[in-house]
Amino acid sequence: MTETIKDSVRAFVIENFLFGDTSYDLAETASLIENDIIDSTGVLELVAFIEDRFGIAMADSDIVPANLDSLARISAFIETKVGAPVTA
Amino acid sequence: MCGYGGYFGSVPEAETLLRRMTAAIAHRGPDEHGIFVAPEAGFGHARLSIVGLGDGQQPMSDDAGDLTIAFNGEIFNYVELREELRAKGRRFRTSSDTEVILHLYDVMGEDCLSALNGDFSFAIWDRRRQRMMLARDRMGVRPLFYTTHGGTLYFASEIKALLQVPGVSAELDPVALDQIFTLWAPIAPRTGFREIFELEPAHLMIAERGKLSIRPYWQLDYPDHAAQPLFADERSAAEELRALLTDATRIRMRADVPVGSYLSGGLDSSIVSALAAGMAPQGLRTFSVTFDSAEHDESAFQTEMATALGTHHTAVACRAGDIAKAFPEVIRFTERPIIRTAPAPLYQLSGLVREQGLKVVLTGEGADEVFAGYDIFKEARVRRFCGRQPGSRIRPHLFRKLYPYLPGLQQQSAEYLAAFFGAGDVPLDDPLFSHRPRFKSTAATKIFFSADLRATVKDYDAAEDLVSRLPAAFGRWHPLHQAQYLESRFLLPGYILSSQGDRMAMAHGIEGRFPFLDHRLVEFATRLPPEMKLKGLVEKHILREATKDLLPSSIGRRTKQPYRAPDSHSFTGIGELDYVRDAMSEARIGDSGLFNPKAVTKLYEKCQAQPVTGFRDNAAFVGILSTQLWLQTFAGTRTRAAEAA
Repeated sequence: MTETIKDSVRAFVIENFLFGDTSYDLAETASLIENDIIDSTGVLELVAFIEDRFGIAMADSDIVPANLDSLARISAFIETKVGAPVTA
Repeated sequence: MCGYGGYFGSVPEAETLLRRMTAAIAHRGPDEHGIFVAPEAGFGHARLSIVGLGDGQQPMSDDAGDLTIAFNGEIFNYVELREELRAKGRRFRTSSDTEVILHLYDVMGEDCLSALNGDFSFAIWDRRRQRMMLARDRMGVRPLFYTTHGGTLYFASEIKALLQVPGVSAELDPVALDQIFTLWAPIAPRTGFREIFELEPAHLMIAERGKLSIRPYWQLDYPDHAAQPLFADERSAAEELRALLTDATRIRMRADVPVGSYLSGGLDSSIVSALAAGMAPQGLRTFSVTFDSAEHDESAFQTEMATALGTHHTAVACRAGDIAKAFPEVIRFTERPIIRTAPAPLYQLSGLVREQGLKVVLTGEGADEVFAGYDIFKEARVRRFCGRQPGSRIRPHLFRKLYPYLPGLQQQSAEYLAAFFGAGDVPLDDPLFSHRPRFKSTAATKIFFSADLRATVKDYDAAEDLVSRLPAAFGRWHPLHQAQYLESRFLLPGYILSSQGDRMAMAHGIEGRFPFLDHRLVEFATRLPPEMKLKGLVEKHILREATKDLLPSSIGRRTKQPYRAPDSHSFTGIGELDYVRDAMSEARIGDSGLFNPKAVTKLYEKCQAQPVTGFRDNAAFVGILSTQLWLQTFAGTRTRAAEAA
């Protein structure tokens, strides 16, 4: 399951924010903001992806860099959410 | 207001070349054309007759034929200068400002530039001294480009005239492209074209005995941060500002043809229009652009202001699809790739003014640079405020107040706001502190550069290049003044006055005049305490104070609404024309060699599919499309474009 989430998240980020550029050396822990991969509109795109793909309803308090600013953080966040009831 | 081309050196079939150069920029001067040819120098001139309608033909020589000038622009204080020269015994043959420059040069040589108050670009051939002098106005309103080929200096108001010179070819400069995709504009003297340069604002060039020497004759300067403020009293500062702005407007109303005004509905053009309306006993014509999208449209404010002033107001609607239709022509006139579509509606607007029979308009351009109106100044202040308490969850909420018109930003948490604006990340003593987030987020567009282009510019850093050009005193200025300098010295001439200004207006033979860029007003504003310009988070405070009796309170209190136009979505849906599909196709992108074809295809599909597109994607889309159009328009062939990379 973890591998699937990781792969899915990485594929989305590469497709949507790196426009398919697989040569980009995107480390699991690299900041998506500091590396200019994501902007304010991009965060909303990412939220829509997580909600649609994993059936998670994200509360406003979930939408913070601590949950979403790297591949590793996104995967960990999703993993927690799919394993636990979501509270709005 | 006109256009010219010329040379200094040896040119076979000079007259033929000058005619071709003049024809290439005929849009700048549809009223008359003139040619001057001497063995060592020549000018071709296209004239837009505004002052001295019957006797201001150019190129113009003095009585002895020793001095000849080709001039684009206006000298607004020519009336006073002419009287001073007459008092010294000089005799005038014409009523034009052009002749005033000739006399002044004859008396003062290149020092004459310090006496001129105007928007100008000119070339003077000095036969006695066998030298050519080129000069450009202080703020960079009027353009002047040059190149050398075969030992001859060629110059012109637009680059398309230089491309008429045999042997001068259009090749895209990859470093300029990197600068545009980072800083929004090339850093002068670089242009988008290899080996073609622009004379920087406030500079003159002397060409003689086979050598070119270029130097500034004026510099934008600010007081030391620690210096005692020169204007402690706000009321007296406001009074002086009002007097200067009124006079700057008065001398810009000088013309032998009617003068109109742009009226966007914002503070600056409303002030200029209000002042001008009071000086136009026959009534003032005002002009504006309206948009279909509520996000961009300001027509309610335009109507309110026009009604309050009693102007005869005319608007042109920029509808879905109009930007895409105009865009190829826009790029032909900007002569460089751009990352915003904002010039396109201004191209429509100048067309409207021409249709209505006017040649001259005042605008409010320059007030945001001179009196600190742009959001970026407030943003830098909030970033400093946040930087003092990096973990604060409260302070970043101020970023929302700065950008009420950006819905994506309004929905972000305090943590994300702090992260997006790099609050606390940029060292407070970074000379580019104010602009670093903008440059960084713009440079993210370079993700679309091809591997070849990346390799070509891999050791180049546009932001650091900019830092290397800052004056020695820069570090001693107040942070607001540092930010104002960056806007005024680079983006204003490099983009606002050129791509959005001169080039869009002159595409339809319209002269824009800018009271806020009168150098007396600019110098005055540099000496104002920063708090008088940006008071807390209220921009242009002293300007509001100085003009509050001129405007309805709803306009006078308006928060700055930046002029914007729809970007990538101009080219999808109704704007998805054949040329867009072709230029952005994998095949064409591959031909150019500048961008990654597969990534561009995905970007195109993303912009088509999503109702809202972010800054990076919008800028990349417009930047790539305009680069492709630039290549088609100027470089012509696939091979040459690919070579540029």
